[in-house]
Amino acid sequence: MPVSKRTADVRRQKREARLQKSKATRQEPRAKAASPKPIIPPPAPTPKTQNLGPEALPGRQPPAVSRKHLLGIEDLGRKEIEGILDRAETFLAVLKRPIPVVPALRGKTIVNLFFESSTRTSSSFNLAASRLSAQCLSFSAGTSSVKKGETLLDTARNIEAMRVDGLVVRHSVPGAPHFLARRLHCFVVNAGDGCHEHPTQALLDAFTLRQRLGSLDGKKILLVGDIAHSRVARSDILCFSKLGARVALCGPATLIPRGIEDLGCEVFYSLDRVLYEVDVVGMLRVQAERIGSSLFPTVREYRQLYGLTRERLAKLDKSVVITHPGPVNWGVEMDYEVSELPQSLVMNQVTNGVAVRMAVLYLLAGGSEGEVQHG
Amino acid sequence: MDRLASKVRGTGGEVPGTGEERFIFRGGKVVSPQTGKVKAWDVKVEAGKVTSVGPRLEPDGCQEIDCRGMHLAPGFIDLHCHLREPGFEDAETIASGTRAALSGGFTRVCPMPNTEPAIDSEALVRFERHRAEEAGYARVHPVGCCTKGRQGKELAEIAAMKAAGAVAVSDDGKWVEDPQVMRRVLEYCNSLDLPVISHCELAGLGPGYANESPVSTRLGINAVPDVAEAAAAARDILLAEFTGARLHVAHVSSARTVDVIRWAKARGASVTAETCPHYFTLTEESLCGFDTSFRVNPPLRSEADRKAVIEAVIDGTIDCIATDHAPHTRQTKEVEFEAAPPGIIGFETAFPLGYAEFVLSGRLTLAQYIGRLTIAPAGIVGLREPKIEVGEEAEFVVLDLAAQWTYSPDLVMSKSLNSPFFERQLFGRVTGGIVAGEHFWLLHPA
Repeated sequence: MPVSKRTADVRRQKREARLQKSKATRQEPRAKAASPKPIIPPPAPTPKTQNLGPEALPGRQPPAVSRKHLLGIEDLGRKEIEGILDRAETFLAVLKRPIPVVPALRGKTIVNLFFESSTRTSSSFNLAASRLSAQCLSFSAGTSSVKKGETLLDTARNIEAMRVDGLVVRHSVPGAPHFLARRLHCFVVNAGDGCHEHPTQALLDAFTLRQRLGSLDGKKILLVGDIAHSRVARSDILCFSKLGARVALCGPATLIPRGIEDLGCEVFYSLDRVLYEVDVVGMLRVQAERIGSSLFPTVREYRQLYGLTRERLAKLDKSVVITHPGPVNWGVEMDYEVSELPQSLVMNQVTNGVAVRMAVLYLLAGGSEGEVQHG
Repeated sequence: MDRLASKVRGTGGEVPGTGEERFIFRGGKVVSPQTGKVKAWDVKVEAGKVTSVGPRLEPDGCQEIDCRGMHLAPGFIDLHCHLREPGFEDAETIASGTRAALSGGFTRVCPMPNTEPAIDSEALVRFERHRAEEAGYARVHPVGCCTKGRQGKELAEIAAMKAAGAVAVSDDGKWVEDPQVMRRVLEYCNSLDLPVISHCELAGLGPGYANESPVSTRLGINAVPDVAEAAAAARDILLAEFTGARLHVAHVSSARTVDVIRWAKARGASVTAETCPHYFTLTEESLCGFDTSFRVNPPLRSEADRKAVIEAVIDGTIDCIATDHAPHTRQTKEVEFEAAPPGIIGFETAFPLGYAEFVLSGRLTLAQYIGRLTIAPAGIVGLREPKIEVGEEAEFVVLDLAAQWTYSPDLVMSKSLNSPFFERQLFGRVTGGIVAGEHFWLLHPA
């Protein structure tokens, strides 16, 4: 079709122009003052915060999250995100106490409703709830009446009818938590919906980076790998850019979805060209079932082009911070040794995940301020 | 036979018919899509036939129907709908579906054969027609399957289905993927002078539940590009040209497909096309809330596609407007987005949606727009053209073009409620009509 050909041409031209720019930047990386425009775009303008109401009132402490559900980063403004992260700081301090429990959500019940297998996210929510003294029930699709053909809505309604305060939902279909949130009375936290969003992962990523870098403002963050099938990537792009970072993506063209730039990021196809420019590299998991399909030919070629290998890092004359949402395919997207480097934050992410989820549950379940201080 | 008026929820304006009544529709304006003219004429109907048309007719003892401020237009013909019987009677039956059709002004409908069992035999075609006659609402002109069981493998008994009253064949819901089978279907139908309706969708680019675009990327919905529709249409058009058969492209939704059809028509291929109201009124942005009432197949596309579809209807690249009325029960739609079956009900909102988009916008005259609901579809499947003329069967609708109203679940005559158009402001309304003098209904008095 002539149209698609033209589109392809335009894309190629754009790509070439970008490469030219990046080449220029690389040749004179120290010429700071007059350096050409960096290849990572400036941050997208932060969308306006939705919940301005109470904040407008003088002398009143605004609630950090005045919403009922946490469905996606897309719905959050910068202030809300920062409110959650600030709250997570206090809970991280709680986690470092000898007895890491507060009675903030005593008497509340939260149910993990996971229709996809998960180890760390469900454990993390489970622990977060119990650290807040809430009860947490874990439901997994394998052992339930889902096998008998019960619909998602039926399952959720039945659990809600047992008088629970909130549901933490993971489902393979995008929008499934949104669908439940519209039809249930309890609060809903999205713990991953298909390839759409995984907001608590993005929040804990942002928390971890803020912890290491002080602030995300002006930082250059590169996400590498299977963007197309990654809900983490979508939430990260939104979250990081709302916090003032510049986000770039890198991966094989077959794993970069159409129009992802609209979320506020730029796309590159060569890791070597862009890696030296960034402050943070967030690696994404390559799912085993994609290998050998039409998406990319072999692990070997993937690793050569997009793997965070020892050799690739050794060539870099600067230190980049490394994150990975886990679980890692060692030797595919990342070498085992890389995770042991001091700039690898992979384990910090896991620890911080509990604190961030405590903050989310606390804010949504309406815990009271004073109770955090007890312990 | 049950009379429409006694069945349709309505008002004091209903008149039960015996088939022998004499009516005079007084004070309205008669729209003729054939001549493009709109005339302030009265219409007299006796024993199911139009016996007199003209200004200020004598009542002559006929029952008077006050049509002041109204327009009279020939009954609409829908080339694409799903009546769900046999097999899915909890979503719709031929009776409930044809009643909803009349309520939307469609006096003749062509149900697609993707029922259970699929309409792939003479007996099943006769069954559908028989059910429709029993119900006595809109007339039913079945579309038979191209292949046995809609499996895309062996030819169905197309000649027998034609003899039983099928007006076209289609494996709607699925594309006939095997090019050899499609070629044979086209060759066979060419010899029978029967059009083949193609649901153009290249399966290999899926599975997907939305248009592949920045919107689907943002929402993470598995998506299919518009190329899947356009490429499938291109293959079928070339095969139709090669075999000489008549091809009708169903539910055109994308600018690319419009371009392919425009190219084919310029070459002189005997291809026709339809689109549906949701493709010229809605876009993929509606999917943002993951509301399954917006899940249709082909999927809602971009604003540029919507505009291209509108232009194509105006310039005639797309010949007619069909509803793709596709009822689904509440429990099948009250699920997560990708698990919901595609389709929306469409009979009752089709006329006003198109009226606003084409006539109120000044892009088409009223007569031209009505032509796309009447003479264009009639020509494609070879049905008698509906006309409001002396000697013709009485088959016309009463339109209140000044009406502004909102569609709501309590107005729905279909058994299902899966419409994305509730609470939308609509302009123009079908307020009543008559079919062959046997049924007269007045549903929504002004």
